[in-house]
Amino acid sequence: MLNRDRWQEMFYTLRKNKLRAILSGFTIAMGIFIFVLLFGFGNGLKNSFEQFFLDDSTNTVFLYPGQTEKPYRGFKAKRRIIFKNDDLTDIQQNFPFFIDYITPQISRGALVKRGKESNNYTIRAVAPGHQYAEKTIITNGRYINEADVQNKTKFATIGRLVEKDLFGNKPSLGEQIDVGGVSFKVVGVFKDEGGDNEERLIYIPYTTRQRLEKSNDRIDQIIVAFRPELGYAGAMALEKKLNSFMRKKHNIAPNDRSGIYVRNVASDLKETQKFASVLQLIVTFVGLGTLLAGIIGISNIMVFVVKERTKELGIRKAIGATPKSVVGMILHESVFITTIAGYIGLLTGVGTLALIGDSLEEFFIINPYISTSTAVIATLILILFGAVAGYIPARRAAKIKPIIALRDE
Amino acid sequence: MGRSTLHVLKGISFDVQQGEMVAIMGSSGSGKSTLLNILGMLDVADSGSYTLDKEPIKNLDETKAAIYRNKFLGFVFQSFNLISYKTALENVMLPLYYQKIGRKDRQERAQKFLEKVGLGPWATHHPNELSGGQKQRVAIARALVSEPKVLLADEPTGALDSKTSYELMDVLQTINDTGITLLIVTHEKDIANMCKRIVHLRDGVIVEDKKIKQVRANSYVK
Repeated sequence: MLNRDRWQEMFYTLRKNKLRAILSGFTIAMGIFIFVLLFGFGNGLKNSFEQFFLDDSTNTVFLYPGQTEKPYRGFKAKRRIIFKNDDLTDIQQNFPFFIDYITPQISRGALVKRGKESNNYTIRAVAPGHQYAEKTIITNGRYINEADVQNKTKFATIGRLVEKDLFGNKPSLGEQIDVGGVSFKVVGVFKDEGGDNEERLIYIPYTTRQRLEKSNDRIDQIIVAFRPELGYAGAMALEKKLNSFMRKKHNIAPNDRSGIYVRNVASDLKETQKFASVLQLIVTFVGLGTLLAGIIGISNIMVFVVKERTKELGIRKAIGATPKSVVGMILHESVFITTIAGYIGLLTGVGTLALIGDSLEEFFIINPYISTSTAVIATLILILFGAVAGYIPARRAAKIKPIIALRDE
Repeated sequence: MGRSTLHVLKGISFDVQQGEMVAIMGSSGSGKSTLLNILGMLDVADSGSYTLDKEPIKNLDETKAAIYRNKFLGFVFQSFNLISYKTALENVMLPLYYQKIGRKDRQERAQKFLEKVGLGPWATHHPNELSGGQKQRVAIARALVSEPKVLLADEPTGALDSKTSYELMDVLQTINDTGITLLIVTHEKDIANMCKRIVHLRDGVIVEDKKIKQVRANSYVK
């Protein structure tokens, strides 16, 4: 391989057979290019999938009240269950060692106005812990805090897109907005990686909402976050205990399916991860398929190249080329071409992915990428198979007797 | 390719001394090319022995045959068999490449041999820019550049007109004069007469083997 003469001979041969070299190189570059692109798209798909499902905290249990369908302890069926503030305190007192934080959530739609701009948004009345449950990221100002809840302040933390809709490019912090006829002061702006809808929300203290609604103490749903160190099994146990605790408190039959709903993000996560791994499998499969197609392409070209050169190889043999040098020459050429072309394909592929970036977001492809190791390994595999694909016909050509190779058609 | 076998050569025995110029004649199918291929180690005989320069040629694997061919033998074919994408000079340089001789040295020696066959000024031309006679002379230069003991020519004038043929024979005779042994397969009587000995083959056996008085080709040329 280090023989200078051999390199010279190879470069010479390639220079004199540019078309052949370019064509076979093109196939390989194309193969790697498509592989990188498809693999990147697959990863992009996975990214947007993860963004859909994994942007919220995973250590949370959601509790929703429902309507009973079975009579129980003297209560009739079809009784509407209502959560109240004392549910929060009861859960907190009964599960002190399990709970990280707890927050209610009351959702209402409202027309929100500011100057001439107005739009309908979902207003979520929450406690401070809600920030962690939604993984809300404060970009400016602050989130609803404990003092807000205590004092029932008319403060609001608004989503990035709410600010954009209502304020344009002007700062919103400290400004007043009209939420369904009530004036709120903007104390913070947030962003959320869960997509546009999650950034068109307005958060206010839940106590403020309750005061606006005739000073009741009703809660739509309760989000309980358990300590992450509980793990999956602990989360499942907590869900069970919470469920029976709440059923007992609200007099719901243990086998009543619609009296209370409990959603455990931890168990959802299991399903989600299963789905993600299937997606990963598909991506890998597509990648391997492309790679295989590339390998077949190279093999075809190598067979053709050797066939085309049979006569030349016969001549070379007749004037003293050993079989080893014939095989070596063809391998040297094929590995050289696949390496260069593979590298070019790799670079253009990675470049194209970088160029695409997030522009295909509407097709659910977010930040397509390919890890360096995957790309390099794929290229190496292609080079290796290019060599193998070249070796088989080259060895056969080296075995052909020169007279047969030199025979006139 | 069928499995049926055909015995082309059926018992041939002859010696060639150094410096001889032998014409192997015979109609097509008489086995003359097969004989030459065996002598050139391009083909193997089913049985029998072959000694070249006191060395028994047997049990040749491809690698050994290649080395022998490179060291002892030069080939000239009817269809020239030059590598089309290489210039005349590069074609002549090629056998030296397989002898692992440095590029500079290769170039000098190849140029010298091209001049010997009268093609010095054509060194940078590609085969398709050369006439048939010129191509064959490039092929001869290529066969000679490795300074072989024996030059084997399979119908070297088969693709040439008679004037060019004679010019080529003149070149070959000059080479023979320097002591290189020549074996030429031909079916042309006048070409055979320019050798020093004629071996006639018919149906795989030697029917006639005689020394003749060589006709010098240069008496026809000019």
